[in-house]
Amino acid sequence: MIKVKNLYKSYSDKEVLKGINFTVNNGEVLGFLGPNGAGKSTTMNIITGYISSTSGTVTIDGIDIIKEPIKAKKMIGYLPEKPPLYMDMTVKSYLGFMFDLKKIKIDKKSHIENVCEIVGISDVYNRTIKKLSKGYKQRVGIAQALLGEPKVIILDEPTVGLDPKQVISIRNLIKNLSYNHTIILSSHILSEIQAVCDRVVVINDGKVVADGSAEDISKEASGVITLKLQVDGDKNTVFNAINDIEGIIDIDSEREVDTQVCEYIVKYYKDNDIRRDVFKKLAEVNCPIIEMYSSSPSLEDVFLMLTEKDDVRSNKDVNYNEPEKASKMGDENNDSNI
Amino acid sequence: MTAIFKREMESYFNSITGYIFLSVIYLFGGIFLWVTSLYMGNGDISGVFASLLIIVLLLIPILTMRLISEELKQKTDQALFTAPIHMSSIVFGKYLSALVMYIIGISITWVYALVFSIYTKPDWASITGNFVGLLLVGAALISIGLFVSSTTESQIVAAVASYVLCILIMLIDGIAEFFSNSFLYDVLKSLSFSQHYKNFTLGIINATDTIFFLSVCAIFIILTIRSLDKKKWN
Repeated sequence: MIKVKNLYKSYSDKEVLKGINFTVNNGEVLGFLGPNGAGKSTTMNIITGYISSTSGTVTIDGIDIIKEPIKAKKMIGYLPEKPPLYMDMTVKSYLGFMFDLKKIKIDKKSHIENVCEIVGISDVYNRTIKKLSKGYKQRVGIAQALLGEPKVIILDEPTVGLDPKQVISIRNLIKNLSYNHTIILSSHILSEIQAVCDRVVVINDGKVVADGSAEDISKEASGVITLKLQVDGDKNTVFNAINDIEGIIDIDSEREVDTQVCEYIVKYYKDNDIRRDVFKKLAEVNCPIIEMYSSSPSLEDVFLMLTEKDDVRSNKDVNYNEPEKASKMGDENNDSNI
Repeated sequence: MTAIFKREMESYFNSITGYIFLSVIYLFGGIFLWVTSLYMGNGDISGVFASLLIIVLLLIPILTMRLISEELKQKTDQALFTAPIHMSSIVFGKYLSALVMYIIGISITWVYALVFSIYTKPDWASITGNFVGLLLVGAALISIGLFVSSTTESQIVAAVASYVLCILIMLIDGIAEFFSNSFLYDVLKSLSFSQHYKNFTLGIINATDTIFFLSVCAIFIILTIRSLDKKKWN
């Protein structure tokens, strides 16, 4: 349904998107996950035709958004990060305006009433938008995206700034919409993506860093083990000794526990147990291990790992999307709001 | 285009802008009518048009300042630019709404003329010429204001820049006097709004002057479309 191919976007000298590739299948709910400033909104703005890419293509049902924008835009309903609402209008006049703007050819009154019913704004139909609560404003924004029964709905952080009750209600609404529409939903809230999406694309620093179901990504990423070490010895000696061990993703010294004793965090792949090597190497340089224990990362760690600025994985030539390298997640119940 | 036009017209009357614009035109129109015709005891209302031009010059930036800049600031442009319509439809819709507001404003002069026609025989050719002239100057100034509005998110900046541009354009023939180079002098004179407006005040609707003002409208409308397209590509 949606194909995003090799998307690049630069603002003056800053490259915001660095070759984004993904597809969304018909009827799928795709979660677009990434930290603030990762390029989520830029990608969505390009998909909807609001801005143009520097290079690359976006096709909606085979129609290029740049070559045939009118045809492509007819298939998209878009809720930007800030709902595009005219505060001086009533809900009724605003939706009427959006209906006319989109040149929809079905019965206006019954369609708008139907959309209001779906979104749950019938009770505020005649009220001025500026007097509505944030939750209702968000719903009006979703309502305008639904006008004209578009095949694709793109929602950019639809629950941001809402109270927990409103968040649940918007999530339920998205779930209901997913039966009839292809949806792209962007968020930086992991639990939200897990709750409503069939598939997740994780984006960081303008690049796709993971693509698959939320479960798969968690499983694959959980192949990384964190080893906590307390070692008695000079920091540089310890770093040099451990650094050469094959399979290590990252080493960091966290804190000094005692004089000469420092705590280190070492990350490695589950299928490449380094603990014996660590023991031997440190013994060779005469740095005794005071304490050593390993743990699987929480879901929050998984996200942070995927969205780290310095992509360690690429240095180690490891692909998170290869299922055979995946192993079971240690703590899958950790929902994180990052 | 119709949807944008309707929305803009609604917006003028939902906010204070439309009412201020019309009230000021009607107020000063009445004052000028009193001073130039009623007080002097003559039936010629062409003086009203000449005086109204100054008011129009001051009011048009107020009419145009929010047209696009407010959309950019409030991010409602996302709804417009992701809708399945051409950029030109958006710009035309906005331009036409401001033009219609302007026409509603200056049409008060026809009311004066009709009332005067009860007591005297007005010079209809002069009135028509003056009206068409005022309409064309206004239409051109609105297109300039619309373009300025598309370049900034700030209404205040849009208004101030429009004032400066409109006043410069109206005074361009005065500036031309400072140039000894005959080519530059001729170019500036030919760009002068005042020069092209002059014939209309005499009741002469001249094709050259009409085309001049229509060309200004076309150029600035195209520039507005280009300016918004550029934002998309940047």
